[in-house]
Amino acid sequence: MRQMLLVAPILIPLAASAITALLWRRPDAQRRIGLVAAVLLFAATLALLVEVISGGMVVGRMGNWPPPFGIALVVDHLSAAMLLITGVMGLAVAVYAMGPGAKERDRAGFQPLFHSLLMGVTGSFSTGDLFNLYVWFEVMLIASFGLLVLDRTKEQLDGGVRYVMLNLVGTAFFLIAVGLVYGLTGTLNLADLARLAPDVENQGALAAAAVLLLISFGAKAAVFPLFNWLPASYHTASMPVAAIFAALLTKVGVYAIIRIFTLVFAHDHALFGPIVGVIAMATMVVGVLGAAAHYDVRRILSFHIISQIGYMLVGVALMTPLAIAGSVFYIIHHIIVKANLFLVAGAMRQVGGSFGLARLGGLWTTRPLLGLMFLIPAMSLAGMPPLSGFWGKLVVIRSGLEVEAYVLASVALAVGLLTLYSMIKIWNEAFWKAAPEPAPQPVEWSRAQRLATFVPIVALGGVTLAIGLWTEPFAAFSIAAAESLLDREGYITAVLGPAAARLVEAMP
Amino acid sequence: MEVALSVTIGVLVAAAAYLLLARDLPRGLIGFVLLGTAANLLIFGAGRIGTMTPPLVERGTSALVAGAANPLPQALVLTAIVIGFGLAAFALVLVMRAHAAFGSARSEDMHAAEPPDEGEAKDPGIAHQTAHVPAHAQREAV
Repeated sequence: MRQMLLVAPILIPLAASAITALLWRRPDAQRRIGLVAAVLLFAATLALLVEVISGGMVVGRMGNWPPPFGIALVVDHLSAAMLLITGVMGLAVAVYAMGPGAKERDRAGFQPLFHSLLMGVTGSFSTGDLFNLYVWFEVMLIASFGLLVLDRTKEQLDGGVRYVMLNLVGTAFFLIAVGLVYGLTGTLNLADLARLAPDVENQGALAAAAVLLLISFGAKAAVFPLFNWLPASYHTASMPVAAIFAALLTKVGVYAIIRIFTLVFAHDHALFGPIVGVIAMATMVVGVLGAAAHYDVRRILSFHIISQIGYMLVGVALMTPLAIAGSVFYIIHHIIVKANLFLVAGAMRQVGGSFGLARLGGLWTTRPLLGLMFLIPAMSLAGMPPLSGFWGKLVVIRSGLEVEAYVLASVALAVGLLTLYSMIKIWNEAFWKAAPEPAPQPVEWSRAQRLATFVPIVALGGVTLAIGLWTEPFAAFSIAAAESLLDREGYITAVLGPAAARLVEAMP
Repeated sequence: MEVALSVTIGVLVAAAAYLLLARDLPRGLIGFVLLGTAANLLIFGAGRIGTMTPPLVERGTSALVAGAANPLPQALVLTAIVIGFGLAAFALVLVMRAHAAFGSARSEDMHAAEPPDEGEAKDPGIAHQTAHVPAHAQREAV
């Protein structure tokens, strides 16, 4: 049963992707199957999280090959949380994608690509093998390439070229790092790597491989200075695609950094801690300043993705239990808030006729509900109490103060203030300012389309409120996740078993 | 043999870096293909260069014959080749579409996603209303 739960988050999107691809000429059937698959994925990931909380880490051997020879799937607290949030996002976006533009999207192949993307993401979160992680990254990437240029407009082709080129180089770096790590240790299983890495003779070469991994994951996570592709491409995608990208893609990079650098290269923290710390600070500042300069809702939000990534890396920089718990909490909070803001931006364009702040206006008088639904994630992103972002920032900053990383803590505080500035800018321009003359024409949309748009927005807003007002279980879970991440021995024993040493001697 | 392999990888990476720095997208793409080839050779070398004996388990035995080649790098390289081919094929089609749309395959000729003179990108889906831009927004956007 546990093994079934382990593979379900990968198999469900795989099946959905295959079936919807076979039904290429029947977009309506595709949409229905896609929705069912999204519901199933959500249920499966929820069950898996419950299983991990009650019964601890779930480990599966694919093909019954014992680790480290076969590919192991390993789901611990962090992985389970990331999987559930993938399920939540998959469902929210699957519903939202039934809104305006659904017909055109589905005819262009949205459903098969969307579910392939989900499969790549869930696979990346589940795997316990470095090369397998590379394969899942590629599955995710190739699906995201297709999704990004779905409408084939000039903007998308331009953004797509930038996105594709940088990611191609990133994957090549990943592959080179895999080769180096394999050459130095003779294994690719993450638990086995964690066991062998401290004893590798040539630590310099291992550190070089680690830096290559950091570059490749950093490019996916859009950290400073590898972020340029994100604001050049995300805003060109259609809104459901932009929302799922904003929610999950960069976070897979962050997850990989957290996983690899807490597990495999933890012994080298004295070297990588300060590096990641400087990257985190630079990422926060650059992202928030980029957002301040822009007047298109989508581009403001794109730059804020970058800035928030910095907060998530604080855990890896400091490597204390509280800091890692802060990172975990921050990722959970951020995925929901950020995706919701993109969904709201789509609704704003629908009722206001544009993404440009200059052409929007007066939405508060005509659409108070939309205003409220914008305020919840926006204020949460800026870290206003009592919303989820406040607690995330509180834990991150407190963990910085605890280890006397005052510069890091003050940068995090200042960036929070600037985030508030950007959110208020959107609020003032789009909602409070008088409507521009001539009044913008809302786009016609049916009742069903309106429902598909607003149900996910309201639901995700509710989740944000719940995390903010009922923080205790989420905080406790984050701390448990941090403890399990720092317990490297526990991870190694769970995957390899106590008799691991004997197995490895038999390797060529 | 190791030296020859290392030099080959080094030359390939150098050529790839040179091509990737070009603004001409097809050149960048060839650079990516070369970089992928270098990575594959590197994995191959990381598995140690040994014998030509194929890594097969003889009938009736349960272990590899002594001195067989290391099978794992072969499996990894095979996977990486397939993935790299798929990515390169997609990127090539994308560059062709971009060339058709922009009339050029040089990245500096493509400014649709980030118009240099405008703070905000165009909104292709909806016909623009007469853009009434408040003076302060206009000033800051420029």
